[in-house]
Amino acid sequence: MIITDQLTEGKTNLEVYCDTLMELASSDTTIIVVTSDSRGSGRLIPFAEKYPDQIVEVGIAEQNIVGVAAGLASTGKKVFVSSPGSFLSTRSLEQIKNDVAYSDYPVNLVGISSGISYGALGTTHHTLHDLAVLRAIHNITIVVPADNFETREAIKAAAASDIPFYIRFGKKKMPDLHSENDIFEIEKASTVLEGNDVAFIACGETVLPAVEAAKLLHDKGISARVLSMHTIKPLDTISILKAAADCKAVIVVEEHSINGGLGEACATVILEAGLQVPFKRMGIPDEDTVTGSQIEVFNHYGISASGLCYEAEKLLAKR
Amino acid sequence: MIEIEEEAKIMIKKCTDLELQRKSVRYRLALLKYIKMAGAGHTGGDLSCVEILNVLYNDVMNVNPENFNDKNRDRYIQSKGHAVEILYVVLAERGFFPESDLETIGKFKSLYIGHPTRKVNGIEFNTGALGHGLAISTGIALAGKKDNTPYRVFTLIGDGELAEGSNWEAAMLASHYKLDNLIAVLDHNSLQITGTTSEVCSPYPIDEKWKAFGWNVITADGHNIPELRRVLNEAPTLKDRPSIIIANTIKGKGVSFMENSTKWHHRVPSEEEYLKAVKELEAELT
Repeated sequence: MIITDQLTEGKTNLEVYCDTLMELASSDTTIIVVTSDSRGSGRLIPFAEKYPDQIVEVGIAEQNIVGVAAGLASTGKKVFVSSPGSFLSTRSLEQIKNDVAYSDYPVNLVGISSGISYGALGTTHHTLHDLAVLRAIHNITIVVPADNFETREAIKAAAASDIPFYIRFGKKKMPDLHSENDIFEIEKASTVLEGNDVAFIACGETVLPAVEAAKLLHDKGISARVLSMHTIKPLDTISILKAAADCKAVIVVEEHSINGGLGEACATVILEAGLQVPFKRMGIPDEDTVTGSQIEVFNHYGISASGLCYEAEKLLAKR
Repeated sequence: MIEIEEEAKIMIKKCTDLELQRKSVRYRLALLKYIKMAGAGHTGGDLSCVEILNVLYNDVMNVNPENFNDKNRDRYIQSKGHAVEILYVVLAERGFFPESDLETIGKFKSLYIGHPTRKVNGIEFNTGALGHGLAISTGIALAGKKDNTPYRVFTLIGDGELAEGSNWEAAMLASHYKLDNLIAVLDHNSLQITGTTSEVCSPYPIDEKWKAFGWNVITADGHNIPELRRVLNEAPTLKDRPSIIIANTIKGKGVSFMENSTKWHHRVPSEEEYLKAVKELEAELT
């Protein structure tokens, strides 16, 4: 847990991904990275230069990248598929479903430049659907790490796992939200800030605006809990229910369509447990997404310190 | 089938062409028996690839129940997963599981469903959605090259399946990486559920397409045992190129009234039809 006024800017999660793969590959020749003309955008050039025999290029062919990866994994390779999340999660969906998850080979699918990282490149390149479609697939762990620490730990967890993973992150430099002694566990949310008035359950790059909103609320005498719900599946239901029971309002924040993502997943957990709490999903609404940079789109939809602060006060006032 | 099992123990080493031909007839008899029992199955497409599976499992591939976890084993990926019943029959006869298991095909909670799954011993991948097998096989073949392991990867593809674009993504890559340990077999029976492949979405010219993708293309009679033995055992005949055996086949092969008929794509024989088919097939054994 951290409570600091000034967050230090770290690396992009992409760079940490490459660093972690290089660390893993230094002692494990079974690590194989597969790219779809994406080694540059995936910041994987250092890996490619140091471990040329452990990177496979398949060209711009996302169905193929997942099928080939499943074949490689079936021979005992620890495969990391690195491809933009937008294409990887839907162009290859049937391969993910059948060749990886259903066939039960531990391919690690890494959706790079996800969410609205590509900003003004537009809807073709946005990844606002991946959590919804992949949550419906059995036998895949879904992780959306918030910062460098969570990214590094998620990649290590995936490499050590014998079940398939989907990990997605953007390309922004992320401040460190964790202290060095923090422990990362799959299926266990990280408590970034403690608080009991309102709970922000966020994932990925939206954890940061939630932390910033919490600071604004703190100045107004409202304490906000911020959870980094990095594992979308399987969900940490205990932390969700605790937040719903301890706090007077719950706001779920995600860089994803409000349909089918973390918000709906949390709502289901709370409702099925019989809890009643003022609740709000903050994500990208079901509309033609506004154009602009990631930060502009975030601001437009209220995924910002002021936007989340406003929603929290509104929910608390409703009680 | 029990008779086949006894035969199998002796014949695994080397069957004569005649013995393999007789085995094909017994496979067809078993296939129809279990399709009828299950009340479901892709009869026509099963019958068209009997000789291909027969030759692969009894004469070509280094894979058996004892070495199935050996990293050096040859791999078989059935991309045309709907023809799973013939795969079950061949795997049972090769001793991967008891033949009695086949009585459960398609039944509630049975492992033996209408498309291949790894829950069944001897099956490498869960296939059946078309256009997946070649990419998977390309990955396995690539790993074999990287690790310098000597296995070959065999993939059975249907000709209707060639309309799936994913095949061509894999075809490009396998050629790019010079995967001569990859051997695709095309069950070229020219029919799919709606009609002929020419009518539905013509795959022709098939050989020129694969050649253009850099593959070594070999054409064979897909029901001719000696010819299949020769081409499949010799493959790859060209270094640095993946191979495709275009096996010319007849959908429904072996039962006169099922041959070349879209009606038998997934039709289950009635009692009368079954007895008639058995009579025809048994006549071939006498």
